[in-house]
Amino acid sequence: MNLTMLNIRRDICGYCGACVSVCPEGALELIDAYLTVEDACINCGICEKICPLGALEVIKE
Amino acid sequence: MKRQYDMLVVGGGPGGAFAAKTAAEKGLSVCLVEKRPAIGTPVRCAEGIGKELLTDFLPPDPKWISTDIERAELVAPDGFSMLLEPSKAGNEVGYILDRKVFDRELVWKAAEAGTETYVKARATAPIMRNGAVAGAVIEQHGKKYEINADIVIAADGIESKFARWAGIDTTVPYKEIETCAQYLMTGLPIDSKRTTFYLGNEIAPAGYLWVFPKGDGTANVGIGIGGDKSGDGHRAKDYLDRFIAQKFPNGKTIELIIGGVSVCKPLASTVADNMMIVGDAARISDPITGGGIYNAMYTGRLAGQTAIAAIEAGDTSREALMPYDTTWRASKMGKAIERNYAIKEVFTRLNDEKLNSIVHSISKINLEHFSTLTLLKELMKANPSLLLELRHLRSVL
Repeated sequence: MNLTMLNIRRDICGYCGACVSVCPEGALELIDAYLTVEDACINCGICEKICPLGALEVIKE
Repeated sequence: MKRQYDMLVVGGGPGGAFAAKTAAEKGLSVCLVEKRPAIGTPVRCAEGIGKELLTDFLPPDPKWISTDIERAELVAPDGFSMLLEPSKAGNEVGYILDRKVFDRELVWKAAEAGTETYVKARATAPIMRNGAVAGAVIEQHGKKYEINADIVIAADGIESKFARWAGIDTTVPYKEIETCAQYLMTGLPIDSKRTTFYLGNEIAPAGYLWVFPKGDGTANVGIGIGGDKSGDGHRAKDYLDRFIAQKFPNGKTIELIIGGVSVCKPLASTVADNMMIVGDAARISDPITGGGIYNAMYTGRLAGQTAIAAIEAGDTSREALMPYDTTWRASKMGKAIERNYAIKEVFTRLNDEKLNSIVHSISKINLEHFSTLTLLKELMKANPSLLLELRHLRSVL
């Protein structure tokens, strides 16, 4: 059971794709003007760290 | 959209556009897909390019040139500033482009050469046959199309997924992404012929902050910081906002531009059976400046030329496309990336004190050319003792 998840704050995200390039699992994808996260996400937090705007957050439940 | 082309280009930036234009001009059937609804937007760029680099590709046109740059200013962490004026010695500096118009123009030219172009059309998966790329599934307006092609060009930029889907690891190490934020601002009290670069670990750790004028008191005011320096409360935008509050409190923001620039080594291989990877997708932006427009156009054109030869010879295997990879690596651009990667590895670790003394010592040099190479060569000559840590770079310079 996955107790953490990656939350994409669409109100903050500027859909630049920087996070897609650093994702070690290839779990993020930029579809035109919105970002998607797939099940392959391992909640490593790399995207959360490098986002220029702070639109990504790993939520621990 | 046909079902079969000689070449399918994924991505409508400068790399994809030049690959398509080059191949279409020689009579190949070319399809270019761009996932966004408009070419050239949203901008992900500071828009600077060296004059000599640009004119390699197309004659300058005022339609997509915002400003003609004559000088550059470098500001040390302690506030000390020095001016580089190569134009005084008759040498060219650079342009600040209008990428929205520039990128459109390039795709326009590709289309005029015969390329079929589709926007709001996204590659969602490669078509794989016997372990090799044979085309792509393209989604447009809610429909899926299977497009076969002898050669696919992955020109899908920093957020590249196509090569990864085809089995190539394109992950940028997070320490080697410059995370960037920029405002297009107006009402700025600036010299419209001068670019300014600010250095320092307080201002832009493992990166730099730039002011690139766009005419009439407007400018791209932006920053890139090292991925490992970024986090909550100290992101690229936080550093930029702090700088602007202090430096341009009366400036007005017209546009927010964000993005990532890779400063890692290029992909270990930029070819596979029936596929070539160009531009930012190949991780070939300059590790010192972050510049990628020329590199994308150069690799795009080279990939187009390689595709023509391969299709003529009836062999589009990895081996047949390998000249693309070896040629760009051996080119002036390839050598510059290799050298600037080594330099970046040293520079991003320098403390402010060291950066200060470097800028102070460069200011004593009369620079006639504007390039990182000239700058570094002169710096080594002028102050060898200061740069003990850069000793091992002598070989690459």
